[in-house]
Amino acid sequence: MRKYYLFFKLRFAAGIQYRMAAVTALTTQMVWGLMECLAYKAIAESSGNMPMDYSAVVSYIWLKEALLALFNTWAADNDIFGMILNGDISYELCRPLSVYSMWFSRTAGGRISEALLRCIPVLACAFLMPYPYKMGLPVSAGAFLLFLLTAVLGLGVTIAFCMLVYILCFFTISPQGWRMALTGAVDFLSGNIIPLPFFPDKYLRIAQLLPFAYMQNIPFRIYCGDLAAAAIPSAIAGQVFWFAALTLAGLLLWKKAEKRVVVQGG
Amino acid sequence: MITMENVCKSYKVAKRDAGFRAACKALVHREYEAVHALNNVSFTVRDGEMVGYIGPNGAGKSSTIKILSGILTPDSGTCVIDGRVPWKNRTEHVRQIGVVFGQRSQLWWDIPVIDSFELIKEIYSISTPQYNNKLEELTQLLQLQEILKTPTRQLSLGQRMRCEVAASLLHEPRLLFLDEPTIGLDAVSKLAVRDFIKKLNEEHKTTVILTTHDMQDIEAIANRVILIGRGQILLDGTLDELRRAAVSDGNGNTDEPLDLDHVMACLYRNLNIL
Amino acid sequence: MGIIMRIWKSIILYLRYASICVRSAMQYKLSFLLMIIGRFIIAFNEFIAIKFLFSGFEEIKGYSYGDVLLCFSIVQMSFTLSELFGNGFKVFSGMIKRGDFDRILLRPCSPILQIIGNHFEIGRTGPMITAVITLVIGIRTCSVSWNAAAFFTLALMIAGGALLFIGLFMLGAGLCFFSIEDTSIINVLTYGAKSHGKYPIDVYGRGILRFCTYIIPYTLFQYYPLQYLLGRTTQWRLAFYPLGIVVFLALCYAVWRIGVHNYKSCGA
Repeated sequence: MRKYYLFFKLRFAAGIQYRMAAVTALTTQMVWGLMECLAYKAIAESSGNMPMDYSAVVSYIWLKEALLALFNTWAADNDIFGMILNGDISYELCRPLSVYSMWFSRTAGGRISEALLRCIPVLACAFLMPYPYKMGLPVSAGAFLLFLLTAVLGLGVTIAFCMLVYILCFFTISPQGWRMALTGAVDFLSGNIIPLPFFPDKYLRIAQLLPFAYMQNIPFRIYCGDLAAAAIPSAIAGQVFWFAALTLAGLLLWKKAEKRVVVQGG
Repeated sequence: MITMENVCKSYKVAKRDAGFRAACKALVHREYEAVHALNNVSFTVRDGEMVGYIGPNGAGKSSTIKILSGILTPDSGTCVIDGRVPWKNRTEHVRQIGVVFGQRSQLWWDIPVIDSFELIKEIYSISTPQYNNKLEELTQLLQLQEILKTPTRQLSLGQRMRCEVAASLLHEPRLLFLDEPTIGLDAVSKLAVRDFIKKLNEEHKTTVILTTHDMQDIEAIANRVILIGRGQILLDGTLDELRRAAVSDGNGNTDEPLDLDHVMACLYRNLNIL
Repeated sequence: MGIIMRIWKSIILYLRYASICVRSAMQYKLSFLLMIIGRFIIAFNEFIAIKFLFSGFEEIKGYSYGDVLLCFSIVQMSFTLSELFGNGFKVFSGMIKRGDFDRILLRPCSPILQIIGNHFEIGRTGPMITAVITLVIGIRTCSVSWNAAAFFTLALMIAGGALLFIGLFMLGAGLCFFSIEDTSIINVLTYGAKSHGKYPIDVYGRGILRFCTYIIPYTLFQYYPLQYLLGRTTQWRLAFYPLGIVVFLALCYAVWRIGVHNYKSCGA
């Protein structure tokens, strides 16, 4: 366990170092968030009834910007990716650790460190925004606790999915291309482009059958009170199920990939 | 061919300290300090000479080369190459010079070498007969027949360097800069590159300026050596003169035959330029 | 005569570069294909998002689904064109760091030609597919009566947008010369405009509209000519507003020139 903790710490320290990048990211995210808030305001004013309250949409948008590093599926750990591409993976196999858990903790460390670094200024700015664009507090203390719980589970689902993408890269000669094609679709289905409640009903039903609806969608909507209390237990169950399923799939696929690496020498 | 007089060049370099607090400070305010890369550098090179330009890292070698090739403007001093001031009429100047960087490539990675050459032909607007002649000559001398149709990424380092050299000579420059041309090469390729440069000089009277850390390159190619340290020219003469300087300033063990690397180490130490 | 010859030679050289870039990309066919598909999907997401949003309501600030789609496709197409041709400026900070700019200065032809030629990115055509699809849908569903003047306006908008984005990329590249560690802040202005420019800019309110007119003149190719195109005004001169972007491009070019000059006197 300690070994994994050390990996986590190393990645965390590396993440802290980018300072200019942090300023840039803050500006980018504030501009993005504000523009989205403004667009939804125009929609709310023009249409009258939106599938989500405007204040809930605003909170959803700011959470999305603040926790981008946690839940996005397109930012891969470039070190891991590089290892797969150039064959340095063989070094990883020499370490007395399970590669799957090692990469998992590494990815988690990278994501959490980056998210902590980035969410504080973004949230601070979001709470200081003028009225209609101001990020709201969680609807209740209970909702906040549930938000934390589902955020952890959502992160688990996200990373388990990313691991699956990493491992799939062993089986293709064009990892970058695959990743791009795959994450492009996932981005949409996880509610990163528009929140899932804005999907037309029949598409919403399809999206909810997929694991991607159990990433950021659940914690964000619990936070802003959009997810009805009655729906929360089944949402959590869904997260647990998909986390287990994706991890299992990842481990099984890894077994196969490992054999390939050993046979082909990376 | 080349006259360089009292050339000075200094850079402003942002100071950067380690640590988180210093990093935060650097975001708002940066302090600069001036680094004198070149300090009153003067020398002349005659047509057809082969000059080794040596010195420890950070001595000002690459600044000099950049000034000579027209991509850096000095603070003061004059430099005239064949009647041209390099940084003033850059486009005209670069047409007459060739530059080989041992650590960088000018060939396109994924396409056959010959296609890179064809593009270079367009870039320099070389006429077709002239290009064909030169290509044939270079192909012969550097033994490129086998590899011209191969994409660069599949070449060995030695093969690639031979192509790099050829690419820099397609437009028949009168002046050639070689920046560590043999770095990382195997023995055979090193010898091939050196031989080729000597032949080039004999046949076309091409002036060659060579910077390198490999003293055998110098021994094989250069008939004159300029030593630069801390932005100043410290020695200018033949290799033998260099050798004598090293020994006489040193501990006086004249009877011990020194190999060139030791000569250089000795010189750097004595002149205190490391 | 001399100038025409030079332009002609430049075009020939650019085409040479472009053909090399295309052939290089074709060395990795599967990768190339997947890249195009990936970029297509990412751009297509935006289209689906608009479609989904508009399933819940009729219009946004008086713009119908077709109007927004038209606006979206214009911005998307401009941006894709600018990426296709101006990609060299986008990756310029990497060129500086690797010292590749030295090699460019060592050649007797225009640095800009070499930079954009070296990085002609045919792989950027993915979003172009989306842009074409949405443009066709937009043209058929929006409230414009399509005549020659309308198509002319449309073409001018797309060209103006492409020039504006190229100008921004050039500005970002120019800033690389001034020992700025990270110039990705410029991405807010490029990618931001691409993503959020899908709605006519007045949707975002007066403040943003002013910023997008007087600071970075996005409205010159988007909002103002769109008003004319959609028949919301009869002032035909709005159709020529995209021409104003040339001034912006000249300013960006000035920054670039100062940057190159700075590079020559300071090194990097």
